[in-house]
Order: sequence, then structure tokens, then C-alpha cells
Amino acid sequence: MSFYGLVDGGDASLKSYLNNLSGVDQVGAEARAAMLATRSIKTSSKRWAIDTAITMVDLTTLEGADTPGKVKALCTKAVRPDPTDSTVPSVGAVCVYNDMVSVARTHLDLIGGQHVPVAAVSTAFPSGRASMVVKIQDTQDAIDAGAAEIDMVIDRGAFLAGRYIDVFNEIVQIRQVCGDKAHLKVIFETGELVTYDNVRKASFLAMAAGADFIKTSTGKVAPAATAPVVLVMLEAVRDFYEMTNARIGVKPAGGIRNTKDAIKQLVLVNETVGPDWLNPKLFRIGASALLNDLLMQRMKMDEGYYSSPQYVTMD
Amino acid sequence: MSFEYAPAPESRALVSIKPKYGHFIGGKFVAGGKHFPTINPATEEVLSQIALAGKAEVDAAVKAARKAYTTTWSKMSGKERGKYLYRIARIMQERAREFAVLETLDNGKPIRESRDTDIPLAAAHFFYHAGWADKLEYAGLGTSPKPLGVAGQIIPWNFPLLMLAWKVAPALAAGNTVVLKPAESTPLTALLFAEVCQQAELPAGVVNILTGDGSTGALIVNHPGIDKIAFTGSTEVGKIIARAVASTNKSVTLELGGKAANIVFDDAPIDETVEGIINGIFFNQGHVCCAGSRLLLQENVAEEVLHKLKNRMEKIRVGDPMDKNTDVGAINSKEQLVKITELATAGDAEGAERWSPPCNLPAKGFWFAPTIFTGVTQAHRIAREEIFGPVLSVLTFRTPQEGIEKANNTPFGLSAGIWSEKGSRTLWASQQLRAGVIWANTFNKFDPTSPFGGYKESGWGREGGRHGLSAYLKGVSHE
Repeated sequence: MSFYGLVDGGDASLKSYLNNLSGVDQVGAEARAAMLATRSIKTSSKRWAIDTAITMVDLTTLEGADTPGKVKALCTKAVRPDPTDSTVPSVGAVCVYNDMVSVARTHLDLIGGQHVPVAAVSTAFPSGRASMVVKIQDTQDAIDAGAAEIDMVIDRGAFLAGRYIDVFNEIVQIRQVCGDKAHLKVIFETGELVTYDNVRKASFLAMAAGADFIKTSTGKVAPAATAPVVLVMLEAVRDFYEMTNARIGVKPAGGIRNTKDAIKQLVLVNETVGPDWLNPKLFRIGASALLNDLLMQRMKMDEGYYSSPQYVTMD
Repeated sequence: MSFEYAPAPESRALVSIKPKYGHFIGGKFVAGGKHFPTINPATEEVLSQIALAGKAEVDAAVKAARKAYTTTWSKMSGKERGKYLYRIARIMQERAREFAVLETLDNGKPIRESRDTDIPLAAAHFFYHAGWADKLEYAGLGTSPKPLGVAGQIIPWNFPLLMLAWKVAPALAAGNTVVLKPAESTPLTALLFAEVCQQAELPAGVVNILTGDGSTGALIVNHPGIDKIAFTGSTEVGKIIARAVASTNKSVTLELGGKAANIVFDDAPIDETVEGIINGIFFNQGHVCCAGSRLLLQENVAEEVLHKLKNRMEKIRVGDPMDKNTDVGAINSKEQLVKITELATAGDAEGAERWSPPCNLPAKGFWFAPTIFTGVTQAHRIAREEIFGPVLSVLTFRTPQEGIEKANNTPFGLSAGIWSEKGSRTLWASQQLRAGVIWANTFNKFDPTSPFGGYKESGWGREGGRHGLSAYLKGVSHE
């Protein structure tokens, strides 16, 4: 593999590549994110942002209590988020655990949701603590069951111990399993990497290793997709595009619960990497509760009042 | 479709501007004689007619201030003075949106800045100094520091209410009374502040506000009944004031111009550095005495920084200052626009390369696109003279030593910025720089606890913190 000509696959070249990245000033990054959070998005631009955000939602259920019934309900909602309004677009994907992929794919196909991909969390999600054999099998199973997107976790322990090459090699191997059958999203669990320097490093590592998307979090650890973390990842994606001409997607996940938060994410994208990324092919939001707030805000814009949660479906 | 932000204007209904204003003398509004218009620089709309104070008004104001000083304010306990300052601070917070809208209308600065920076900081200065009022003997300024008397205060148009707060809060905390003149082009928030003084039931004459032009300022500076002059403005006028008070007993503090170096070393955090450069020069349209108007880039990262800077500049939103999403508003006056244009033209003539992002400037009002000049050397006028507008001169250096030498090679010395991820380098550089304020990995950060002021032609004395307080007290060493 060529790794965009940035590294040769060996330890030394990876270290030198990562160590040459410029640092991130914590105060400055947080100040920039806070400033962008003051953007006031009104009227027609708010309406556009809500619909765009809906198309970017990876509608997610990742619970031990997930059942086929729950997953089917989620798929129905994913295809037609508002059963009373056909102008509401479908979401970006349905995101489930490995063993629910076939249930989701079959049900989506059954209800006319062929256009909605199934994303599977993989590689011993959420902790990543398993052998490589297991992680590869986990991924292969999901693809065989019809997953078109793989959300893998990195080995944070290896990353924090400085064994970047191990993290890199895992991504490369999962990338190979995905082949051209599935898009690969690489989850950092930024709440465990803690520093913005680490987030920037992990971003460049994953992109060079072949990630199609870089994703903040599993949703199981807080803090998750904070605005400065997403900003740092978007800056990395922008810089990587300038270096390689490759467009890598970004997926914040965890903690984005309402329309205001989602719009703030779109503003970050718009003013950091630019409008080309305001597209579900390059930006997704991992969420479960968010979709209903988007729908309620959409109704509010149409009808002038904020309706009760009873007017949107619970799942 | 792309993500265009629909207009998000702040409501103007919050403020009521009178068609005509007088002066605030002895706790009352007094009708003026001659008037001149104050306009909204973003639209050229006349907002109100402002009174021009002459000798009679200056005499009356100084007399009222003297009376309040001798009969009330200097006799009052620090604790009681502090209560008034706290009350003023709270009212300013309560009426913050009103102040912000008025400031933006009169000054042209974006509502985001008046709302998030100017007004909160102005209130913070009153809160901070309120705390000092009953603790002056513990400030390390001697056992029993005394106020100076009547302070004449002349403030600029770039941060009208904030500069008022910088001047009035320490003066009052220390027990002085004041005669303050806001700038000719931005008097409205000072006049609203006069209303706040009434609302706070501040004793009559403690704060007097006279509007006018340079002639009013000269009358205040030369008035024999004044004990202290505090001025913020141009170095040119500062020199005139220094000469005028030279043979008198007046104390004086001067906060003048600057041509700050923003020094970027090759180990800087690049993305945040770019933000800091933007904030350093385009904050408040560059109408900032401590603006980072000279960008000094280490040559081995110059290309990368400039590339990212230009990309970032394309995202700057220039336009209606009342729109909540505007980043850069209007130039404060036609006169200032002429000055900026003249210096930028000199940059072209001297061979520097000018670049601005594409932006549609409104047809009415005073506007200047965010601009950078590359290929600038120490010998260019745009590297030496204060432009006081959104114009950045970019220079390069080869070694850290050379960077410091270039940074110090200016008659000014108000502020400087250092960008590096290496702590030892930051500390070393800050020791070498001859500037009153040095920011490390940030720029244009202000706080009432931090003294602010310049070296060399950037001024005398400090404002803010304990140092600033000492400039309003007798029997203590002045810096």
C-alpha cells in the first residue's frame, strides 16, 4: 500500500510523520470553537441546516438490550423520519452492533430503504480490547451480513503507550477487510485521548492508514464530540486534503442532542473545511435523540410553535 | 446549495436615541450651545446632534467636579464609594444589550464584539475597582494613599465605553472626581453612562461628561482647576498634551499609539496562530492601539502561515455591524478611512504586495477590506507608522534573535505577541521585547487585573491592575 506517499508502513517513518505535525494550542482551539458557536443561524439558513443535518444523522442504537423489534423500528424511522411529512429526507445511515446488521439490512430493503446504508460498529467496540483475529472476524461478519460502513475503534491503550505503529497496522488490516465493500470510519474515543495534540495525531495517523472517515467517539465515554475536538479534526481533514487531494469525512458522535448543537457542528464544517464537506458523504453525526429535536424544530419552522414530543415518534 | 447565513440583525428597538444631547454637569443634563452630528459609520445616517463644549461648559464641569471632590467624594469612606461603583457595574450589566447596540450604531464595530467584549469588560472594570475602593491602604502604595483631586479624561473612539471604564473606574475608586470627554465621533455610550450615574444616584458632580472636539479636549488639558490628565489617543496629540502639562503640577498618564509585532516562531501551533493573527489585526477593524499590525514570520514557516492566513481571511464576514454574524464592521469615520487608504497606497508605491479576500463592501458608509501586505521591510512606511485599520504588514526573519531585533526596531512599544510551543523560547523572547504588554499564544486579551500601557512613544503610565490604580493616588511612586 502507498499510504498517500506519506509513510512507508514502518515505525520510524510513522513516528517522524506524526512528530512533524504542528501542535494545537488548547486555549486557542477552544476560543475559536466558542467564537463559531456564536453564529446566529436563522430563517432560510436554519431550515436548510435542519434538513441537511437530518441527512447526516447516523441513527444509532448500541445497547445490550437491542432486539430485532427495536432495530426494525429504528430502520423505519431512518427511512421516513416523519411519517406525516414526506418532504423530510432519510437519515445518513442506521448504526447498529454487528449481530443486528442483517436484521437492519433486511428490514430496510423490505420497506423501501435500499438507499439507507447500515453501519456496524466493529473491532470489539467500544473498548477495542480483543485480539486482531477477533477484530478481523468481527468486521468480516458485519460486511457479510450487509454492512456498507464499518465503524472501528482504535486501540487507545496502544496509542497512549506510544505504539502508534500498532494502531496504524490495525487500521490498515481492517481497511483491507473492508476492501471496496464497506466505508471505514475510525473511532478515536477522544475522551480517552484527552489532549488536542493527541486528537490531531490520531487524525493524521488514521487518514494515512486508509480511513474514509474519522470519528470522535463511541458514545460510551464522556466528553465526546465537543466543538474544539471536532474543530481540530476538521482542520486535520482540511490539511490532509491539501497534502493528498483525498477528501476524508468526519463524524462527531456522542453529546449532540439538539438542533442547536447540530447547527453548531455545521457551522464548524462550513468555516473550517468548507461547504464541500456539508454533505453526508463527508460529514455524519452519530446520534439517537438528535433526530427528534431536528424534527420538532422543523415542525416549529413550518407551524410557528414548538410541539409536544408526542407529535414525533419515539423510535 | 451552500450554507449561506441569513441576516441575523440585532434589534435596534432596544435603544432610544434623542435627537439632541447636552452635557452632563453636576449630575444634570445641561443644554449645549453649538452642536455637531454623530453618525452611524456603517450607513452615514445621522444618529443625533451632539453639543460642543466651550470654555463656559468646561469651567462649569471642573467647578462641579471640584465641589463634589471637596464636599462629598474625597470625604466618603472607601467602603461607601465602593458601593456606588458596584451599583454602576450592575446597572451596566443589566443594560448591557442597550449599551452594545448603541456602541455598534455609533462606532461601526460588530455587535458580536460590543456584546461579547466591550460591554462585559467595561462592567468588569467597575466591579474590579469597586473592590479596591476600601482596600487602598493595602495596595502596597503607602499607608494612607490620597486621591489627586479632579481628573480630566480624554478618551478615543475605538472602544468608547471600555475606555471610559478604564478611566472612570480607577479614578472614582481612588476618590477622585472626573471631567470626561468622549471622542467626537462616538459620544453616545458615554451619554448613556451619564444616565447610569443618575440611576445609581451617584453624588452630583463626581462624574461630569462633556462632549466636543479637540478644542474641548485642549480646554480640559489646559484648565488650571484640573489635577490630573489621563489621555488615550494618538502619539501626536499625546505629545501636545505632554508639552501642555510640562510646566504645571498636573499628573499625567498617556496611552498612545503602537505598531505591535506579532512574532511567529517555527514551532508555533499553526492553526491557533492564524486565529491569533486574525484577532490581532482584524479585531475591531484594526482600530486598536495594541493591534498586532506587524506580523513577523520565521522564514521557514512563512509560506505555510501565509497560505493558511489567506484561506482563513476568505472566511471573514465583513458587513452590517448589527448582524450577529459579522466579524469586521465599518471604519469609524471618513477621516480614518482616508488615512488608512493613504497608508495602504504608500504600501503599494513602496513595492509591497497587497492582498485582500474578495468581499462585497456596502455602498454607503466607510469600509476597508481586510488587507495584508507581503514583502514588507523595516524601511516601509507601513512597517513603521500606525495605520489603525485592518491592514497587516508581513515581514520575515531568519533567527529568533533577528525576530526580536526587528520587533524592537520601532519608536513604539505598546504590545507584542509571541507564538511558540516552546516555553523556554517564549520566556526568553518576552524578556527581550520592549513592550508594555506581551501576549504568548494569544492576542488582544484584556482583563481589569492586568496593567496595560506602553514603552517609548506608546505612552506613560499604566491602566488596570494595581499599577493603574497608583496613577490616581498621591504620595506613591508613579511608573
